[in-house]
Amino acid sequence: MNEQKVIEVDSLVKKFGSFVANNNLTFDVYKGEIFGFLGANGAGKTTAIRILCGLSRPSSGKVKVAGIDAAHNPEEIKKRIGYMSQRFSLYEDLTVSENIELYGGIYGMRMKEIRTRTPELLSRLNFTGYADTLIRSLPLGLRQKLAFAVAVFHEPEIVFLDEPTSGVDPITRRQFWEMIYETAGNGITVFVTTHYMDEAEYCDRVTIMNEGRIVALDTPAALRQKYGTASVEELFVKITRPKKESV
Amino acid sequence: MKRFMAFVRKEFLHIFRDYRTLIILFGLPAAQILIFGYAVRTDLTNASIAVLDNAHDEVSSELIMKLEASEFFTLSHNIKSYSEIDEVFRQGKIKAVIVFPEELSARLTRDGNVTVSIIADGSEPNTASLVTGYTTAILNDWSATLTNKVTESLPVINTEVKMYFNPNLESQFMFVPGVITLILILVCALMTSVTIVREKEFGTMEVLLVSPLKPWQIVIGKVAPYFFLSLVNVIVILIMAWFVFGLPVMGSISLLMAECMLYILLGLAIGILVSTSVQKMENAIFISFLTLMLPSLLLSGFIFPIENMPKGYDYFSMLLPPRWFVEIIRSVMIKGSGFSFVWKETLILVLMTVFFIVLSARKFKVRLGEGGK
Repeated sequence: MNEQKVIEVDSLVKKFGSFVANNNLTFDVYKGEIFGFLGANGAGKTTAIRILCGLSRPSSGKVKVAGIDAAHNPEEIKKRIGYMSQRFSLYEDLTVSENIELYGGIYGMRMKEIRTRTPELLSRLNFTGYADTLIRSLPLGLRQKLAFAVAVFHEPEIVFLDEPTSGVDPITRRQFWEMIYETAGNGITVFVTTHYMDEAEYCDRVTIMNEGRIVALDTPAALRQKYGTASVEELFVKITRPKKESV
Repeated sequence: MKRFMAFVRKEFLHIFRDYRTLIILFGLPAAQILIFGYAVRTDLTNASIAVLDNAHDEVSSELIMKLEASEFFTLSHNIKSYSEIDEVFRQGKIKAVIVFPEELSARLTRDGNVTVSIIADGSEPNTASLVTGYTTAILNDWSATLTNKVTESLPVINTEVKMYFNPNLESQFMFVPGVITLILILVCALMTSVTIVREKEFGTMEVLLVSPLKPWQIVIGKVAPYFFLSLVNVIVILIMAWFVFGLPVMGSISLLMAECMLYILLGLAIGILVSTSVQKMENAIFISFLTLMLPSLLLSGFIFPIENMPKGYDYFSMLLPPRWFVEIIRSVMIKGSGFSFVWKETLILVLMTVFFIVLSARKFKVRLGEGGK
């Protein structure tokens, strides 16, 4: 794995009033890595992602994404990342190629480049012939795959995937992860949140957050070994509910 | 700019692909103009009346001819007795019965005056007052000529009414400005709030906010197409008004268009404000309808005169943009007034626009957290 850091987070704190959403987070993400971000709802995942995407500013600490300071230049970060959320991100009343043109355009790609690269993207997804199909008439699994392809179409340095496989069938999820591997293989860093613990096993490294803090960060294998559990799922339950376990 | 144009292009695609949006945008104005122009009329043509002629002399015949000759009435019944009056009203076709007393001409020559009864169907108060008004006018007209002929000694005050700006009191003169006012606020506020809230509801707003588009570009990009289409709409309505009702624009067209642009901007600002306050499309529609459409229709002076409102309502209507815009557009379109006559109303609209833009910009920022620049 490449040792070049694309995300550097040092002592990140984010407060809303007296509530501390992110309590002293420190981690690095390397180029071409698949970085898993786990945590129960309310653990502070969303807050951290919003800061990394330039939507929100840290209260204190240093955050650098693609070499750019998130506190001072969030707009510059936005140009270098891709984003796809659990909630559907393509426009249903536009066709496949119109969606590609829209997102390509928003990310500053030239129309000519978009037009020449669209067929290539479609053939990679086995989508050839669907260019003029409305998104509305595509099944959900295909839409999610297309949404991911669109999120990395402008070749960002990092792509953030916020629970990208929610509500998708197992076969599509498998294919989706193949796309993630391929993307990471091309040098695009993948930052992914999920609540499917089996998916955590596919990541190069995972972070587990609980109540605003990072409680574990390592490769899935190393974490399993350290805590003596058979799976990341077991591990997750073990370390996010310590009180229950100790009683 | 290229990013922005890609975004605006998408917004146009949304509009042209959704036939419902297109219907609201272009079908509604046309329908409203035709409905208000033809169906909802406050002037009178061809109202059916009946006559109970107890006199059967030359005066009653002459009066009946006069009534029949006017374009306002159609004489559809001659009834024989008082007992029939109740029945013809119940049948519902007859709006009024004119009763001529016995020995009409004889009493007129003997006493110098005589009373003709006009009995109108009071279940439709508007029509009733119009029918009685028109009938009275026709009868007075006739008796005036008689007075002049027979006795020159009777001093009478003749009133001569002339309706300035609208000699025939055509109701289209009232409705066309009203329809423009309503349509613009509907299209601008309702459609923009719905289109922005739709992005929130489908989760696409999140993706847009993460993109390099700046928040203000997203908002402007969403509303720009509606600004443009609303202007097209105004032009369509004006052309329709001219061709269908022969209603020309008396004042300066450029002043009219400038005022329309200001009002469109105001509507868009309200729409943006609504969109920042709600999360669901139904709520956006509901709020726009309740706070804009109904008060605009009822309290702007478009249909019901502000002068007739109780004091409280009068003050409330001052808060409504349509009230001022109706005033402006009537002055410019029908009276042909220049800017010097409408600057006060224009200033009020400018202040309202600034107020709503500032307010919605602040709310948009708050909603984004400390995100937007």
